[in-house]
Amino acid sequence: MRPASEAELSETIRGAGGPLRVVGGGTRGPGNLPGVALETGGLAGVRLYEPGALTLVAGAGTPLAEVEALLAGERQRLAFEVPDLRQLLGREGVSTLGGVAAANAGGPRRVQAGAARDSLIGLRFVDGAGHVVKNGGRVMKNVTGYDLVKLLAGSHGTLGVITEVSLKLQAMPEAETTLIAEGLDDATALTRLRAALGTPYDVSGAAHIGGRTLLRIEGLEGSVAYRAGALRSVLGGDWVLASRAESAALWRQVRDVAPFAGAAGAIWRLVVRPSAAAGIVAALPGARAVYDWGGGLIWLLTEARADVRAAVAGHGHAMLIRPLPGMTVPVFPAEAPAVAALSRGLRAKFDPRGILNAGVMG
Amino acid sequence: MEMPLPDPSVLSRRAAIVAGLRAILPGDAVIDDPAETRAYECDGLAAYRCAPLAAVLPRTTGEVAAVLAFCHRQGVPVVPRGAGTSLSGGAMPTADCVILGVARMNAVLETDYDNRFIRVQSGRTNLSVTGAVEAEGFFYAPDPSSQLACAIAGNVAMNSGGAHCLKYGVTTNNLLGVTLVQMDGTVVELGGPWAETAGLDLLGVVCGSEGQLGVVTEATLRILPKPEGARPVLVGYASNAVAGECVSDIIKAGILPVAIEFMDRPCIRACEAFAKAGYPDCEALLIIEVEGSPAEIDEQLTRIKAIALRHNPVELREAADEEQARRIWLGRKSAFGAMGQINDYMCLDGTIPVSALPHVLRRIGEMSAEFGLEVGNVFHAGDGNMHPLILFDANKPGDLERCEAFGAEILKLCVEVGGCLTGEHGVGIEKRDLMGVQFEAADMEAQMAVKDVFDPRWLLNPAKVFPLEISAGRRAG
Repeated sequence: MRPASEAELSETIRGAGGPLRVVGGGTRGPGNLPGVALETGGLAGVRLYEPGALTLVAGAGTPLAEVEALLAGERQRLAFEVPDLRQLLGREGVSTLGGVAAANAGGPRRVQAGAARDSLIGLRFVDGAGHVVKNGGRVMKNVTGYDLVKLLAGSHGTLGVITEVSLKLQAMPEAETTLIAEGLDDATALTRLRAALGTPYDVSGAAHIGGRTLLRIEGLEGSVAYRAGALRSVLGGDWVLASRAESAALWRQVRDVAPFAGAAGAIWRLVVRPSAAAGIVAALPGARAVYDWGGGLIWLLTEARADVRAAVAGHGHAMLIRPLPGMTVPVFPAEAPAVAALSRGLRAKFDPRGILNAGVMG
Repeated sequence: MEMPLPDPSVLSRRAAIVAGLRAILPGDAVIDDPAETRAYECDGLAAYRCAPLAAVLPRTTGEVAAVLAFCHRQGVPVVPRGAGTSLSGGAMPTADCVILGVARMNAVLETDYDNRFIRVQSGRTNLSVTGAVEAEGFFYAPDPSSQLACAIAGNVAMNSGGAHCLKYGVTTNNLLGVTLVQMDGTVVELGGPWAETAGLDLLGVVCGSEGQLGVVTEATLRILPKPEGARPVLVGYASNAVAGECVSDIIKAGILPVAIEFMDRPCIRACEAFAKAGYPDCEALLIIEVEGSPAEIDEQLTRIKAIALRHNPVELREAADEEQARRIWLGRKSAFGAMGQINDYMCLDGTIPVSALPHVLRRIGEMSAEFGLEVGNVFHAGDGNMHPLILFDANKPGDLERCEAFGAEILKLCVEVGGCLTGEHGVGIEKRDLMGVQFEAADMEAQMAVKDVFDPRWLLNPAKVFPLEISAGRRAG
């Protein structure tokens, strides 16, 4: 089903006789779900773009690439650097804004600019009973009523089908430089990254990938040059600089977890206390890691079929984003009982029949 | 402002309820002497007052949980209170409620510079969070103008912003986790010292829920390395529209100042008379601040000044040293005090799209004449968050009502041009009855459904945020 309007979508949901599987572009959402596909592609189009106010409003089915091209024309962008996980997950299709919001996507710049939730300033959605709801708006500062925007961001389609999003934008920086160190072991590399994030030099990327340690700085030309120099002297060791295009290519590799695309094994996404990252990976023999967010995000590739969560306990949480065939480990970590009760309660309110992406989040 | 009638069954059990609270808490933590409960009769929205049945000042999460569980069993409404600086009546009591103040819970529990966070008890003041980490070169970014007094608990409840949120975001963008006590006494941990939560973002909906979903007793906050320096520039224009264009051009040019503050003529004059900051007498004044090393500041200000000059300012003044920077900020920082010298005032905080600024200021000027009340505007221009200050005389019969009617018209105008009722102060009781201007019934129903889950009996801060007639059935339950 592919409703052409929000009203039609509402009717579709009201009339649904069983589970629905919400599909944006099918590039990052959960696979293998039961139910009839409900596509948002009919709800596409940019409805408002004010470069002088750094604001964009668009239908949920609008392709991400179309928005990125439009923004690039004004030298603007989405701050949160959306990962393209198609290679990693073996998907095809075209990522949509609604899917980006529902997954609360966020790339390397999260250390500086947050994830989708931090740029989302408003949305409209249709809940599991067919009610059309709006929340937030098109202004950057808004505390009018509860922030359902945050609740829907990262709800993976389980509370409602997002139909429209409002986003805060960012100007593209004039310059970008990456500092690169080679051959550091994980623990040393991550210590350096954390030290860099603790300086006033406004690091916008801090990753350790394939034996290279990367730090990104963006901004005005003179400022970038100044901060790159300052970081090198603070951190010590050998750092070489990568220019703009070369730098951008490096961060696409980090963003899209390029080293693991096509590699065999289960892939986990661990969000942890950065200082615990090296120890967590060391405790999982045979696992390969790509570290982002100064160690706060670990992409883990392992041939083991077991749950890695014991190694993460107390330091954060882990999501199984690409299981091996036949693995029975839950995708999402279990919530504490009182938290799970709240999540269950909210799902029962927003989707009383339990038909939207049923069971996706456990 | 209409508030629900106090529950007679609660009032009649007053002595037993106070005795029950005393059985849970140490003697000095329960306040029921009417001479002392008066201290809790209002918050920063001082036009409305009502003494609570009692006030309690617990010291631990365990004590908060015990108080809430007791009040839940007894069917007693609870109004949480941080430092009582809310401008929207968020901590305003009812006669049948227990005020739960977190003022005594002000400890720093953990500082972790390696992972860049601090965990504090929620009664700690905003500025003292920065105070706890600044020796190591860090700060806590959200900076509401009440930051010397306001508590983190209230910041989380209202999702507080501040002058510098253009660059650093508001509370929700800097909050990593909370310990939350639900009305029935259940304690939950949401988030933690890592970047994001798995599962539904309950932390995201708790932040800004105005104390209606639970009492936050501890908070894990992101701390940032302090910038090397900051410098403001002051620009005066002969027209609001031109000042608005200047702001838009700076943003379009890809420069991100940490703050862009806007003041209009009535406000400039009041500030000048009060603080003698040496402001030019003009229609609109911008204070633009940038951060970084001296060379980085020069690089940004060179571009900002070039843009500002293209719009023919009547004055452009860059701070050459600390003292000049202080003087540029002096007037702005004393704006509320300056207006208060002239008369009583009501402070609004609707947000508008920046492009609507000239139209909105013109309409406010016209309405000011219609209502016969003076109004001055200070404004976080970079993000569209307005602060019209309407002057009135509280001792003059009818003036407060006229002021409120004027304020309501301004907020309706904000919504009409694509903005919202409140950018950082919260709905509280002040804007409660205007919620229908911004939201349809289904929008509010979805929000109330969240409260139904966290607080099914609607005992926590129940008469706030939602118009009384639409929350009536729930509150009665």
